[in-house]
Amino acid sequence: MTEGKQPIIEIRNVSKRFGKVTAVDNISLDIRAGEFFVLLGPSGCGKTTLLRMIAGFEMPTEGQIIIDGQDMSLVPPNKRPVNMVFQSYAVFPHMNVTDNVGYGLRISGISKAETRDRVAEALELVKLGGFEDRMPDQMSGGQRQRVALARSLVMRPKVLLLDEPLSALDAKLRAQMQFELADLQDKVGITFVTVTHDQDEALSMASRVAVINKGEVAQLAPPSDLYEYPANRFVADFVGSVNIFEGTLTLDEPDKAAVDCPGLGKIYLNHGVTGPHGANVWIALRPEKIYLHVPGEGKAVRAAAQDAPDGHNLARGTIKGMSYLGDVTLYDIQLEGGHIIRVSRPNLSRHDQEDFTWDDKVSMHWRADSPVVLLS
Amino acid sequence: MSGALQDWKSQKKPFAAVATAPVFWLGLFFIAPMTIVWLYSFGQNAGPADINISGTLDNYKRATEWLYLSIFLKSFAVAALTTLICLIIGFPVAMAITFAAPKWRPWLLLGIMLPFWTNLLIRTYALMALMGTNGYMNKGLGGLWEGASWLRTLVGMQPLEAWTPVQLLYNNFAVVLGLVYVHLPFMVLPLYSALDRLDKSLIEASLDLGAGHFKTFMKIVVPLAAPGIFAGVMITLVPALGAYLTPDLMGGTDSQMIANVIERQFKRANDWPFGAALSFLLIYAMFILIALQSMRANKVKEAR
Repeated sequence: MTEGKQPIIEIRNVSKRFGKVTAVDNISLDIRAGEFFVLLGPSGCGKTTLLRMIAGFEMPTEGQIIIDGQDMSLVPPNKRPVNMVFQSYAVFPHMNVTDNVGYGLRISGISKAETRDRVAEALELVKLGGFEDRMPDQMSGGQRQRVALARSLVMRPKVLLLDEPLSALDAKLRAQMQFELADLQDKVGITFVTVTHDQDEALSMASRVAVINKGEVAQLAPPSDLYEYPANRFVADFVGSVNIFEGTLTLDEPDKAAVDCPGLGKIYLNHGVTGPHGANVWIALRPEKIYLHVPGEGKAVRAAAQDAPDGHNLARGTIKGMSYLGDVTLYDIQLEGGHIIRVSRPNLSRHDQEDFTWDDKVSMHWRADSPVVLLS
Repeated sequence: MSGALQDWKSQKKPFAAVATAPVFWLGLFFIAPMTIVWLYSFGQNAGPADINISGTLDNYKRATEWLYLSIFLKSFAVAALTTLICLIIGFPVAMAITFAAPKWRPWLLLGIMLPFWTNLLIRTYALMALMGTNGYMNKGLGGLWEGASWLRTLVGMQPLEAWTPVQLLYNNFAVVLGLVYVHLPFMVLPLYSALDRLDKSLIEASLDLGAGHFKTFMKIVVPLAAPGIFAGVMITLVPALGAYLTPDLMGGTDSQMIANVIERQFKRANDWPFGAALSFLLIYAMFILIALQSMRANKVKEAR
């Protein structure tokens, strides 16, 4: 294990119950030093509770949290080597920017000269130079968030915790802050732990993502693995958009597998799945991995789906819904069996969206490595 | 807001319809009688039921004699002490209600407000019953005394002499205690409303940045609750300054406050002009307090 991969936070069998409600259910995971770790999940899944337990605002009902090799069970929030950026930013409204950012340093008795230098440095880092004397109510939400970031970073914590850092920003600013946060994390080298319910945020910023569902870790993986190799139906559905069909595993060899889906047809995969023969499984197929054709262009279809045996990985249907999003067009297609499948098609030329319209009969195919077999 | 009454200048008729009745009411039952009393303060008795408004300043001269001035000052001191004690007791109470579980909060607030719905006279007599020489307070203190005495005998010391009931009533202590009891809700409610508005994550942020609970209280909670503190202080200080019933019933011969003196002028002494002058001095003092408070509030607004 290299130095950089040492866990900075170890969460050991942590549970948190509020009365009868279990918010966090026996979670164990390691967060490595220097990574951008994201806790992703729907609201009420327990991700914020987990973050607040790392910060020390909630105590685990069971289990322990170890930060930098030290058990945090009896350590109050003001003695932990972590700092938090709150969802509401929690910028002190009665202090100007300088006093807000310098608050923690003044409390810990750092000299005036050093406080001034470190505050200036932190403000430079979050691009708030020149805002020193502003009061919080004279600033925009995005600027207040930068104050909150600087106020935490100036403490040089081992870990920076961010609670839904982008949820209150408008879409453009959010996209910009996603890049800036990732850039900032790279610059300061501090471990970031972020909570979010937004999968785009998680995918774009994280080095690793823990998807939380009902207080448990549904999957812990880097963003691309999460998207391309979801571990179960919850993750496949929560991260990105997906078509899921139930089926039976009919062939399972080391280098190939087949699933018979009553709704979709015969699915062929060019890899094994290690599931019991005849097992009930689910096929997950991302909308952008399905190719759309006018029926009759049979040659082209067969050529494209040539990695699957005849009659596999093909489907026919009728377009029942369309939604033009500019960069892509989404089609809801009713299959011959009655199921609806969603296909997304990039608008590679300026007129691509005119190729298909409502009630068109279309055929579809996909590559043998596109479907994912889910066992749960 | 964009209602019909947004700008009264452009909507004179509806404004007049709404405003006439209260303005009339205020004029007839507040401004007019107060003006009459104010005029009395520049007059002198011209018979048992006649007042000659001569424009004299004699009443004010007499009111600022040391005898009355000292009572004014003492009233201020008692009211200020009352306010301070209310603040010291009220702040933790308001904090406790703010941080209580949401389902308990209405009940705790009800507990604070309940005394409002009970007659002041009954409350005062009830408190007096508690504080009498044979009341529960004395009995409780006696019990503690005997307990201490018994503890002394346990460690081989001489027992204390027998408990003699303390005089709790009819002194300045009783007045302050009674005033605190009556005015505490006035302090707690504005404090509660200020603390309730305070974003709790500000407190967590302060803890997160390394401050302990005391520093967080002093640097975050108190400054942000300042408007509530000032409102609570004013709303306690002003009525405490004009307190009449409590010093009358619970005070001794030396604990009369300015309102008691005023009452005596209007009733037993039948000297309305002098009573009016004293009353208006008190009202002016309150005006100054309120003016100071609103100047401070404006200053805070400008600083923002």
